[in-house]
Amino acid sequence: MLFIFLIARIRKFLLKMKKDRKLRDIMTVYYMEAKTAPVSRRKVAWITSGGPVEPLIAMDVIPVYPENHGAMIGASKMGGDLCEKAEAMGYSSDLCSYARSDISCSTVNGGPIGGLPRPDMLICCNNICGTVLKWYEVQARYYRVPLFILDTPFCHTAYTEEAARYVRDQFDEYIQFLETACGKKFDYDRLKEVGRLSVQGQRLWQSVLDTAMSKPSPISAFDAFYHLALIVTLRGTPEVIEYYSALLDKMRKRIEQGIGAVPNEKYRLLWDNIPIWYRVRWLSRKFASHDACLVADTYTSAWCGSMKYIDENRFLDSMAEAYTRIYLNIGVDEMARTVLQMVDKYEVDGIVMHSNRSCKPYSLGQYDIQKIVEKERGIPCLVIEADMVDDRSFSESQISTRIDAFMEMVKERK
Amino acid sequence: MITAGIDIGSITAKAAVMQDGKILGTRVIFTGYNAEAAGRKVFDEILEELAIVPDSIKRIISTGYGRNSIKFADKSITEIMCHAAGAFYLNPRIRSIIDIGGQDSKAISMDENGKVKHFAMNDKCAAGTGRFLEVMARALEVNLDEFGTMSLKADRPSKISSLCTVFAESEVISLISKGESRENIIAGIHDSIASRISAMAIRTGLTAPAMLTGGVAKNIGVVKALEKKMGFGFEVSPYAQVNGAIGAAWLAASGRV
Repeated sequence: MLFIFLIARIRKFLLKMKKDRKLRDIMTVYYMEAKTAPVSRRKVAWITSGGPVEPLIAMDVIPVYPENHGAMIGASKMGGDLCEKAEAMGYSSDLCSYARSDISCSTVNGGPIGGLPRPDMLICCNNICGTVLKWYEVQARYYRVPLFILDTPFCHTAYTEEAARYVRDQFDEYIQFLETACGKKFDYDRLKEVGRLSVQGQRLWQSVLDTAMSKPSPISAFDAFYHLALIVTLRGTPEVIEYYSALLDKMRKRIEQGIGAVPNEKYRLLWDNIPIWYRVRWLSRKFASHDACLVADTYTSAWCGSMKYIDENRFLDSMAEAYTRIYLNIGVDEMARTVLQMVDKYEVDGIVMHSNRSCKPYSLGQYDIQKIVEKERGIPCLVIEADMVDDRSFSESQISTRIDAFMEMVKERK
Repeated sequence: MITAGIDIGSITAKAAVMQDGKILGTRVIFTGYNAEAAGRKVFDEILEELAIVPDSIKRIISTGYGRNSIKFADKSITEIMCHAAGAFYLNPRIRSIIDIGGQDSKAISMDENGKVKHFAMNDKCAAGTGRFLEVMARALEVNLDEFGTMSLKADRPSKISSLCTVFAESEVISLISKGESRENIIAGIHDSIASRISAMAIRTGLTAPAMLTGGVAKNIGVVKALEKKMGFGFEVSPYAQVNGAIGAAWLAASGRV
């Protein structure tokens, strides 16, 4: 009975997503499996979005992402309500809205899919921010489950030898933690296989994003925000390969037929920061009304951005580096270089930066990056202030005016 | 060619009518509840005043927060571009604008052709805007028009540290109860506005020659406080409040948009 109820609830949420049955089906099965894990005697681990998931897959543990759940809460416009609940519990309104909505959701089993499945363990990697440490500690106390913290030092300018050793050693501890939590030996051969699939998935995802180099672009960042779900949640599984292979074919066909994500694409823009989940459609229409396509973004490419550090044959050793040198764990100069590369690669006419009240590590260097890009490439950058999940931080008329004024600049300069 | 610009702001609706690069007339009314009706009214009134028939207006551009509700306009353009155009029309040497309106303030830098290079707007907060001054005038029981001259008589401006209009109001009330003079409190209010706006203006890279536009430019106290913070003077045109509408009317004739 519960099973049917859960399927109905998850499907109901996913049905609201775009009419892409395949992704919807994969995500339904994924959340179903996670929700019914105790029945199938599998373990569930909650893990941060930038955390190394491959060892979990290798141990047949189901990874669940509170941040992906946060995005779903935001997209269902339930963020404001859940954030208010967290504030009533005593959490500050300055705390990240993913953290706030996840923490309050746990206590009420609310949100679009009736809460996440209960975790058996928590895996927290601080390569994305420092907030996750306290957030996961809170959840470890709430659920009374073991917590593993993977500490990745910030790479201000370089990845030092000391950092490399420090992180690599923690991967051994991570594996020991999993052996204890799962009560079985770690299968290193299985990890190699998962690693191979993970890298293959990331390559395919990058190829999908690369199709945006075409003019017009067959895919927009808003589409990528949606298709991203799999590389985040199921990285290291064959489903990802199958799904992105099909998506890549679809995008290549669109290129052949000259079909753009935005009809009459005249202006190409780059998006920076986490999407404003409850306004994705509004923003997409707003920019399309100006014949502008947000062709690429720094966010979705973060799940394949550090692929260059991975060596499939030395997966365990190289993943330590790859997971440490992700976009949010590097200095502003390197971030700016990455942005400049994307500006050139996708030939964009401007940048739209979401100064995200929730995500300080992502938003901190934006004004510097804006200055660097304007100086180096002479294209305009727009900063809009909002929040990824908490819709109380979004002011439509102000943002609308800023976008219109920004597009006037882009049009005049082109 | 006769053109018109209509600027629907949060507090006032402005209209300007131009012919062959000359301003024929301008008008300001309160926006009130219905932006569309206010746009219609200010337009009708200025035509009546100038004794012009609507058909002789070749092109109308609307701007401001209510720009999209003016259905009879030929085009709507943001106030950022219109303020830049208005300032460029009034004085082509101007490279920077600070516009302080009813519910927002903007810093705009422009190139030698009057095109916008950068802009920044205040964020989701009324502190540092005309509305902030209105709230303070009510708390102090002073007519807003006297704010500017009164603040110049301050001997020791108060310190208003709150970043929020509502909290700043309670700060002002506590200063009143301590017996602080109105002049000093008002000067403190102007300093606090100038601090907020100058931070945004410096970030946007504003340089002289600069112009101050929007209704708040009529307040000499704010002008002086901003000049002190920025370290250079601001040109304040008699058309400061209708600068956006003038820019819209000028752009309507320019063929640029």
